[in-house]
Amino acid sequence: MINILVPIKRVPDPYIKVKPLPDGSGLDVANVKHEINPFDEIALEAAIRLREQGVELAITVVSIGPDEAEEQLRKGLAMGADSAILVQKQGGMDSLGVAKEIAEIAKSTGAKLVIMGKQATDDDCNQASQMLAALLGWGYCSCASQISLSGSHIEVRRETDSGEQRVSLELPAIVTADLRLAEPRYIALPGIIKARSKPLEKRVPVHNDQVQYRVLSVESVPSRKAGKMVQSVPELVAELKSLGAVS
Amino acid sequence: MAGCLGICFSPLDAAANVAFAKALGQDLSLLAIGASLPNFGAKQIFELEFSPNDPSEAIVNSIWTYIQEFSAIVAPSSIASKDLIGLLAGKLGRPAVTDVIRVVGGNRFQRPILAGSVLATVEVEGSPLLATFRPSSFQPSSVPTLDGSNPAAEVIRIPATPSARTRVLENLQGAQKRPDLAQAKVVVSGGKPLKDANTFELVIGSLADALGGAVGATRAAVDSGIAPNDLQVGQTGKVVAPDLYIAAGISGSTQHVAGIKDSKIIVAINKDKDAPIFEVSDLGLVADLFEAVPELTAIVKR
Repeated sequence: MINILVPIKRVPDPYIKVKPLPDGSGLDVANVKHEINPFDEIALEAAIRLREQGVELAITVVSIGPDEAEEQLRKGLAMGADSAILVQKQGGMDSLGVAKEIAEIAKSTGAKLVIMGKQATDDDCNQASQMLAALLGWGYCSCASQISLSGSHIEVRRETDSGEQRVSLELPAIVTADLRLAEPRYIALPGIIKARSKPLEKRVPVHNDQVQYRVLSVESVPSRKAGKMVQSVPELVAELKSLGAVS
Repeated sequence: MAGCLGICFSPLDAAANVAFAKALGQDLSLLAIGASLPNFGAKQIFELEFSPNDPSEAIVNSIWTYIQEFSAIVAPSSIASKDLIGLLAGKLGRPAVTDVIRVVGGNRFQRPILAGSVLATVEVEGSPLLATFRPSSFQPSSVPTLDGSNPAAEVIRIPATPSARTRVLENLQGAQKRPDLAQAKVVVSGGKPLKDANTFELVIGSLADALGGAVGATRAAVDSGIAPNDLQVGQTGKVVAPDLYIAAGISGSTQHVAGIKDSKIIVAINKDKDAPIFEVSDLGLVADLFEAVPELTAIVKR
């Protein structure tokens, strides 16, 4: 039996436009629908599929966030995770803090593999997984598009800046999910009902270090304006020439 | 503390690091990973005999003793650089800032969040600073001299320490034989209507070549195997900011626009007049791309 940890972050629905508060002190998310970070949902789907391929696995989903993150953990349980842990933290935490909390949970649950999204769609940071790998001293592989477990190794096909790569990592290891790793399943009613009786444990953060990373303010980016419609390719070329974009 | 260490996975990264170190107001040393660098006026050049495709944990272990003295360790944003900076940050117990687009001053930086729809100003306390930055936001004010007029930098070779636990089995190179997508002056991108890989290369590739530009693609085109993954442009793919971006058969999802919105001129060619891409384009043409793009290629070639 291999214990897999899948950290899932509660984020605003990525298909809803989120605006800054009028004073720029934060984002206006009070009445915005929240979801599992899409990349984390892909990671969880991939973990569930490993089990469906016959590998004996116990999958724990973990979230560090407000009490409302229980909603995302229940969804993770409904998808097929076996148990959930909520590290209760109001008001967010920086990536290093998140990595430290997940590291504690990885140790206490005896996890041998962490699969998580390569980035969260709210802050787009792409760094918690790397920090976690460094803190635990485990093998690390980002941007997976395919994974398979065999014995004490995980084989990963991953996307790189210049193409693709196949990598073999010795467990324990951390792998991050890219878009093409798996398509998350539709959750059927029996899954939702079953999720209600699965264990969800609440913990408090272990680390209370002085935070050295702070978001001071946020502002909207002015969106681009629609320009001119042209009627033909020669007209397009003439416009591009007048703008100096082609010679 | 001895200034800024700029990590380079390619020679192009050196110029970007020069511009970023200038914005930080720090002296620059360079660390080249699998790249041979011209002297850009850096104090020191560290050369690590690894390829950018080697496991990031092995790169971290190899450079660990050499990075200690620096007050900033930075790199242009890429998959490889974010892995490296994040691993170094974790090992140092330090926060990191990714995708910086502006140095506000001191230890404050601006970076895009929520697919680029919002800008956040963040503050990082302490040292060293660990950051990745968007090269398109830090253009060198002048091209660094390559004529040997810079004093020769001290070159320090770092032996590679391979990873005991992570093994690269195979590298499958992408299709990009054209200019580097993230730093190209012209980018021509195609979407799912391009049907298949051959058609994509024929239609989009030909126009890109005629303009001396790079080729990009949408997530949908990559998902359906029309274009290789390293061409994906958008929130989670590559972020581009060329002088000219041509989008052919691209509807213009929020995630795609997040990767192109800092382009100087956006041209959209789409047969659907209601496609959202027209709302962010400087020039729009409602037309069948299979007719319009080859016609454009022919005119440009003349």
